[in-house]
Amino acid sequence: MSAVLGTSGERALVCVRGVDKVFRRGDEVLRILHGLDLEVGRGEFLALMGPSGSGKSTLLNLIGGLDRPTRGEIMIGGERIDRLADRKLAEWRGRHVGLVFQFYNLLPVLSAQRNVELPLLLTPLARARRRRQAAIALSMVGLSHRVNHYPRQLSGGEQQRVGIARAIVTDPTLLLCDEPTGDLDRKSGDEILGLLQALNRDHGKTIIMVTHDPHASARATRVVHLDKGQLSAEATA
Amino acid sequence: MRFLPLIWSNILRKKARSVLTLLSILVAFLLYGYLCAVERALDQGVSLAGADRLLVRHRVSIGQVLPQSYLRRIAGIPGVRHVSHATWFGGIYRDPKNFFAQMAVMPEQYLHIYPEYLLPEAQREAWFRTRTGAIVGRRTAERFGWKVGDRIPLQATVWPKKGGEFHWEFDIVGIYDAADPGTDTTNFLLHYDYLDETRQYGRGLVGWYMVRVRDPKAAADVARRIDEEFRNAPTETKSETEGAFLAGWARQIGDITAIIAGILSAVFFTILLVAWNTMAQSVRERTEEWGVMKSMGFSNERVMMLVLGESCFLAVLGGCLGLATAWVMISRGDPTGGALPMFYFPRRDVFSGIAWALGLGLAAGILPAAEAMRLQIAEALRRT
Repeated sequence: MSAVLGTSGERALVCVRGVDKVFRRGDEVLRILHGLDLEVGRGEFLALMGPSGSGKSTLLNLIGGLDRPTRGEIMIGGERIDRLADRKLAEWRGRHVGLVFQFYNLLPVLSAQRNVELPLLLTPLARARRRRQAAIALSMVGLSHRVNHYPRQLSGGEQQRVGIARAIVTDPTLLLCDEPTGDLDRKSGDEILGLLQALNRDHGKTIIMVTHDPHASARATRVVHLDKGQLSAEATA
Repeated sequence: MRFLPLIWSNILRKKARSVLTLLSILVAFLLYGYLCAVERALDQGVSLAGADRLLVRHRVSIGQVLPQSYLRRIAGIPGVRHVSHATWFGGIYRDPKNFFAQMAVMPEQYLHIYPEYLLPEAQREAWFRTRTGAIVGRRTAERFGWKVGDRIPLQATVWPKKGGEFHWEFDIVGIYDAADPGTDTTNFLLHYDYLDETRQYGRGLVGWYMVRVRDPKAAADVARRIDEEFRNAPTETKSETEGAFLAGWARQIGDITAIIAGILSAVFFTILLVAWNTMAQSVRERTEEWGVMKSMGFSNERVMMLVLGESCFLAVLGGCLGLATAWVMISRGDPTGGALPMFYFPRRDVFSGIAWALGLGLAAGILPAAEAMRLQIAEALRRT
């Protein structure tokens, strides 16, 4: 088992203990994570680095409740999410997790405004309130002037801003970013990283970001490296 | 309701595909509407026939006549409330193609038996006192542009006048409407007394009797008593409920219900495959979107409901458009020019059509919806 890497247990928002993740593809068994332990404190900006296939995205999926560990436990804010039933886990994701994807993953048939409004459909908010909240989120990422544009009418950087607005519109506990600058040029990437930094610094958002890019990880407050399914090293900014 | 704009946006995603699917469903329901109207026209209102009415005809065939003297004997049978008779006239108005039913009846008695024929009081009185007077249903009056006061010439095919003349003339004294859309408004009804006095032969004979019973539950008993009354008489009778009589008439063409059910089953099965294919493609194209939606908190059940919502929306929209088109086309009237006098789209079939459309939507969407529901988020996002 790898050494426990993280902040002091008391302040930890994310607590991953002894997690294994095994995939089966036909007869082949792929052991992606081995007895992994990790703690992430509230208000941290953690960069998760490592080579392809090291299990970064798998770990992110487990922390976000998108997948379940084969073994071990995952506690977020003191709640064992690996034990939640599917429907409860979906509700939990809706309340506590905002996800930012490498390829933005916006719905092409919806305008920026309605893409951002999408997670709010699961809340009891009235339409006017949803619209107002989406407008606020879009203004936070500097896209107030593009609310009625469709994804195909936006640049990559702008699409990623819409993706971030969508991730933060429900005011989640945890922001999970999977290679958020991986599809962007340096300038747009820098803008996105600046935005994430501001969300962490000014709004206290806890962010876990998977990245290959040392330039991106330099913006984080802590960097951990994953190799062959185990945490191998840690650095603090 | 809050998900409706999302469903609508997804339907518009591939406009051509959605429009083609919508048109397929529209055509299927247009056909459904038309076949329902044809079925209703061919069974001639079997389902709408009065449960308290009996038809008494010659035991051999409706084409054989009965003595008018049976009227009093039938009226005296326990359970009989009203009795009257009718006789087929079978005249031609200008051209044999201008077919419509003409019957000689006893006006006052007839209207007691058929209260669903609505006639203004003044026209009713005029009919009672005018021996050459006739009333005609609204549909036939509109078809030929007849109005009250017109004199209508008919060429007899069954009953020549004394002296061998086949030319008859009748004065339109009333135009009746129907209390119910299933009531035939194509009939032309003339005075039996006028026919009987004027015809060359057949005096004192009638086509069939209509009986209204006191208690519909006792209709079969009354029918049996009537037939017993005339057993071993020179002219025996066969009595049955109006519904049974009309059903027997329709069966001469074939089992209409089974034929129409067969056609509709084939059509709906084909449409089900078309709609299912559309939904299956639509769901597979959006695998990563379902993953993203689930990642933001949409539960498996919610995703399933969204897919079913799309499928049902498309099917119900197409179905309603098809039913509305059928309604408009059927409202224009009998497409055969007289062979289907009661050609209309029953409201009950409209509601059944909407239920069928909803069923089609559910059936077409259930497998793709289950596929979207079972989709694992991590797996879906890996396909990005």
